Amino acid sequence: MAQIQKPLPAITETTKPYWEAARRHELLLLKCVDCGHYRHPLAPGQSFMCPNCTSVKQPQWAKASGRGKIATWTVVHKVFHPAFADEAPYVVAIVQLEEGPRMIANVRGIKPEDIRADMEVEVFFEDLTEEITLPQFRPAGK
Amino acid sequence: MSLKDKYAIMGVGYTPQGKLPDWTVRGLFLEASKNAIEDAGLTAKDIDGILVELCWTDPSTQCWSLQADLGIEHTGLCANYDSMGASGCAKVQLAAMAIDAGLCNAVLCAFVEKSATAPAVPYRASLGAGLAYGFFGAMPGISMAARAHMNKYGTTSRQLGEIAITQRRHACLNPIAQMRTPITIEDHQNSRMIAAPLHLLDCCLVSDGGRALVVTSAERAKSLRHPPVYIMGMGQGHVIIDLPERVDMLDTGAGRSGESAFRMAGITPKDVDVLGLYDATTYNVITQLEELGFCKRGEAGPFVEGGRLTIDGELPTNTSGGMLSEVYLQGWTGLIEVVRQLRGDCGERQVKDAEIALVTNQGGFIGFHSTLILRR
Repeated sequence: MAQIQKPLPAITETTKPYWEAARRHELLLLKCVDCGHYRHPLAPGQSFMCPNCTSVKQPQWAKASGRGKIATWTVVHKVFHPAFADEAPYVVAIVQLEEGPRMIANVRGIKPEDIRADMEVEVFFEDLTEEITLPQFRPAGK
Repeated sequence: MSLKDKYAIMGVGYTPQGKLPDWTVRGLFLEASKNAIEDAGLTAKDIDGILVELCWTDPSTQCWSLQADLGIEHTGLCANYDSMGASGCAKVQLAAMAIDAGLCNAVLCAFVEKSATAPAVPYRASLGAGLAYGFFGAMPGISMAARAHMNKYGTTSRQLGEIAITQRRHACLNPIAQMRTPITIEDHQNSRMIAAPLHLLDCCLVSDGGRALVVTSAERAKSLRHPPVYIMGMGQGHVIIDLPERVDMLDTGAGRSGESAFRMAGITPKDVDVLGLYDATTYNVITQLEELGFCKRGEAGPFVEGGRLTIDGELPTNTSGGMLSEVYLQGWTGLIEVVRQLRGDCGERQVKDAEIALVTNQGGFIGFHSTLILRR
């Protein structure tokens, strides 16, 4: 039986470099050319203006270190979508990246009950399809 | 000039509630509206303002269709209003402002939820890629905020359970509540996990039903069927919709919303006799008790212990059973309940001598907030 596909993010003109980089197993952020403030490319409210200095200049793409800390998390037990039936219970976390922005990701490679606030994590990549690779996180140095 | 005490909520309208496969969304809107207008002692001809929230599973009923269905020839205000889950109290505020501005005299505010027997709607998530990470709907997001609160302040799942048990006890006194079997802390702890730390009994119900009310001037209200329920204070507070983008992930906007309402009403939390707090989950109650100033930040866990929120407790909260145990009609579950508490017609679950109520609505991944302070 074919595996049920997870609902995939739409690749738009503005997010294309982010997803292309993910396919190369790199995590990209946007860096303000005026003040150096980092933001996450998928943060919907931050696509057009720097929230730090209000610059509207085209920000630079910048590679993230991939290091961060777990700000908060949930362990999803309910199967909201059949593609997650085998995965549940799974961890969805808000990761505070070293550069400043926060992002949503799954945390793998650790039992959910062992996760602690501010635990150090590092990025790794899960290839879902030809086009979509998801940045994910696991305990640092594992 | 302040709008304090110049406007009042008059009629309240119910529909059947629970699982209603035979009702259409349009029919529920009409039923709630007719009942509210009749309860106010008015006829449809007296209504000259209409505010509608679009039903998220079936947005086909609009302000204009409701006006046509009610056969109202002219209105001075007719609009769809969307502040997500905060819309109920927010509509009452806009209604009072519109009457004050001279646009209209009697505003019908109406709401319908159809999620128990709705057709399937596409999955919704906050962040662009959230769905691919299994981040669906509201519960995982609220759960992450609850976890952050637990991490920071030591709040426990058993404390959340106190809220669920208290509200179920209230629902047992409410003949139209969906859930009328008492629960214990063990039931709460043993109920299946939805998105940890939130168990099933931390989460609101899924329901069909409609509610409506009418706002008029205080002067007009005096000659109508029921004693007026005056609007003393109003406020709103909205933060950035996506949780990861909020500077403080525990800020839901309720603080600002409450501050405005208390300032206008000229009272403090100590003066509130009955409370209606938006309860998508038990955690929503926790954070609002703190943000609104009923207790200090971080102290709501211990605050809800020992029956403080029960009908005969110090701060009766969600006396109908709320969205956890009466019915999930978003902010309207609490809004209509506090109006009836102030009218004194809540029967077995009536809070003695209730004079002042505070009610909140909260939506948008607990980032959109509205508050009303009401008095009899």
